[in-house]
Amino acid sequence: MEKLFQKISFASATLVLILLLGIFTTLYISAKPAIDEFGLHFIVDKRWNQEVPLTQTDNTLTQTPTAVDENADDEIADEDDMILDEDDEEAADTKTVYGGLVPIVGTILSTLIALTFALPIAMGIAVFLAEIASKNVSKFVGIAIELLAAIPSIIFGMWGLYYFAPIISDTFGGYQVSLLTAGLVLGVMILPFMAAVTRDSMNTTPDVLKESAYALGATKFEVVKDVIFPYSKVGIIGSIILALGRALGETMAVAFLIGAVYSLPEKITDPTISIPVAMAVNFGEASGLGESALFYLGLILFVMSFAVISLAKFYFLKRVKS
Amino acid sequence: MRLQLNKLFLALSVFSALIGLGFLGWILITLFVKGLASMHLSLFLNDLVDGGLRNLIVGQLILAGLAALVGIPLGMVAGIYIREYGRGKYAELIRDLSDIMVSAPSIVIGAFVYAFAVAPFGGANGFAGVIALSIMMIPIIINTTDSMLSLVPKELREAGIALGASKYRVILDIVIKAAKVGIMTGVLLAFARIAGETAPLLFTSETSNYFSLDLRDSFPSLTVSIYNLANEPEKSSRDLAWAASFILTAMVLIINLVGRYLTRHKK
Amino acid sequence: MPVMNIKKFSFTYPGVDHPSLKSITLPIKKNKITALIGPSGCGKSTLLRSMNRIHDLYPGNKYDGKIELLDLESGKYRNILEIKKENEFIELRQKVGMIFQKPTPFPMSIFDNVAYGLRIAGIKNKSELSDRVEAALKGSALWKEVHDRLDKSAMGLSGGQQQRLCIARAVAVKPEVLLFDEPTSALDPISTGAIEELIVELKNDVSIAIVTHNMQQASRISDYTAFMYLGDLIEYDKTENIFLNPKEKQTEDYITGRFG
Repeated sequence: MEKLFQKISFASATLVLILLLGIFTTLYISAKPAIDEFGLHFIVDKRWNQEVPLTQTDNTLTQTPTAVDENADDEIADEDDMILDEDDEEAADTKTVYGGLVPIVGTILSTLIALTFALPIAMGIAVFLAEIASKNVSKFVGIAIELLAAIPSIIFGMWGLYYFAPIISDTFGGYQVSLLTAGLVLGVMILPFMAAVTRDSMNTTPDVLKESAYALGATKFEVVKDVIFPYSKVGIIGSIILALGRALGETMAVAFLIGAVYSLPEKITDPTISIPVAMAVNFGEASGLGESALFYLGLILFVMSFAVISLAKFYFLKRVKS
Repeated sequence: MRLQLNKLFLALSVFSALIGLGFLGWILITLFVKGLASMHLSLFLNDLVDGGLRNLIVGQLILAGLAALVGIPLGMVAGIYIREYGRGKYAELIRDLSDIMVSAPSIVIGAFVYAFAVAPFGGANGFAGVIALSIMMIPIIINTTDSMLSLVPKELREAGIALGASKYRVILDIVIKAAKVGIMTGVLLAFARIAGETAPLLFTSETSNYFSLDLRDSFPSLTVSIYNLANEPEKSSRDLAWAASFILTAMVLIINLVGRYLTRHKK
Repeated sequence: MPVMNIKKFSFTYPGVDHPSLKSITLPIKKNKITALIGPSGCGKSTLLRSMNRIHDLYPGNKYDGKIELLDLESGKYRNILEIKKENEFIELRQKVGMIFQKPTPFPMSIFDNVAYGLRIAGIKNKSELSDRVEAALKGSALWKEVHDRLDKSAMGLSGGQQQRLCIARAVAVKPEVLLFDEPTSALDPISTGAIEELIVELKNDVSIAIVTHNMQQASRISDYTAFMYLGDLIEYDKTENIFLNPKEKQTEDYITGRFG
């Protein structure tokens, strides 16, 4: 019985490894047609679902005669999608090209905006919870922050779209659904997590260290600045990077708010698209090379997230929480 | 000067906390106002095809429930392995991988499940949705089981062994029991989290307008339908989306609060 | 005959190059109390924990020498360091019980706590369990205090009561040897007194080895004392000899408090 239990528990644990490898492999296999077709150039190609004459090589970014007006292009491409198969075995005069630059840029930029917005507020909340608030207030606010974290992301999308977005566009001009709006709401979403991990980091500072500083006459601000933050610096940076990793993969809220437009934003208040949104929005109708391109994007996202989260974990965080 | 800087700092910190609370309040109030405005009993009695939410609520709970049925035992047993049986590098590896997967993008998991459980089987089905949600749940349960077991003092295990109990008996009879409350909370919080997920279901089980208990076809989901309804132009669809959002959030937050209430006595 | 014979026993923790115990030879006499004393780090707990092989919860230990346990039925000694099989370990621990420094009540009722060792030994008969639990609790001077709340959680007991519960739990399986690892260091003086009385009574039924850093306790209750220092056994003798007439200078220095 003991041996059986050991074997079962080992098998369950191995399941994790199998899943991870399975995800990576499946993504790769499904993305392979697109990888073979577009190679690494995919990452810097800003065309998505565009028809280009067959005589062109993939390396000419700027010489696409059909890419004058982005919107008109989408219409043409759509019509062609209905007529032509995206299968590149089709003997046509044109072929469809997919490039991931726009979603990749959108993912990175929206995440950076989120981080910039959330960081000071999260730090402030963490300090409040760890050092300023009384025990009861800290508990209450702590629970409130955790509830904020528990709200499903689609709800952030709903609230963001109908209530937050108008305010942003009134304040900053530009579109309601935009990179900025998506980034800011994303920031609200990673706020609780960053605050919680930072607070936990700060709480690892030994009391004696803090007491020594206070005993010398330091103010709270100085104790935080000179004792706590340096001591928990590593954990805090780790929490930031980990929050970044999570924000990269956020789908639903961003889907409501970023605009889902395959063009690089010229201004921060322009709409654009991110990888999760591209996948969410297009997966339903995609097939053949288009679907493969979406898997390619998914693979890129998976690798990006994995890398960022691993960096946070191994370099910075050594099990800050229990 | 130092004192003024300190005052400013404290004020900013309190202000941040207020901002955090403010967002929470704003969202909850919005949900309350818009959700309640569109709320009436018929929502619970009719399915989406008739303008109600019944099939979606039941469907979401079924999907999450089945995922929990799969994910909880697998996650707990794996968690037990890495905390109680694991030796060295392999257990550490699994622990780390599981930790990473907790934060992995949910849409990628949806795509993964799509590739092997949807495409080859001729389309959206409930099983794929359950699988996707379980994959999300397992690392969370592993994490929480591992953490809670680590809090049990080693003397308790030694005392069990010293009486002649075999290791698995000690784990099941004593260690898990001692960590019971913490594990239960972790499980509840994990359930609340996956019950609110949308992305893993988007192209695995999608959703359905009809009441269904058949997992072989597209399966009703509250979250996916909110997404669809919000994208429809009619005002009635949007109102329904708000009502659904209110119900979803209420469900998730209540489960969350119950979970926290259970650990209120622990440190 | 001693119930346990420790012969040239050496022990090294995993990942460490120097042994924590160096060639210890020591008898544990039947129905007597043998105290292991010495300053922190001398290896007394390490030695005690080798006697029921509880070190083997954590792999990688290195053993040398022998620890022989007397098989009461056959009259022969068995080297417990050779035990490898799961069921043999279980058998060993049913014969050699242990009580820890921190009281370790299991998260279950008082009754279930005491019955635990019996249940895993396969005893299911309700009346037999009930009888043995009662006997064990009486034998640990706890029956009067808990007989009317046996189904209540053991976590509600006081520290001293919890430790007596752990003793009852260990005694219920009728072991031959009981190992006490600083059993009263976490308790108040009154509970300590009660438990010391209990241990002295117990020696009628079991042989006892006790680790204590409290010299007065050792001199109060033990029949034989072994003084250890830095992994070596410095002196072993009848307790009154160790305390009144030690042969080794180190022993004398420790007894008189010149180092602790």
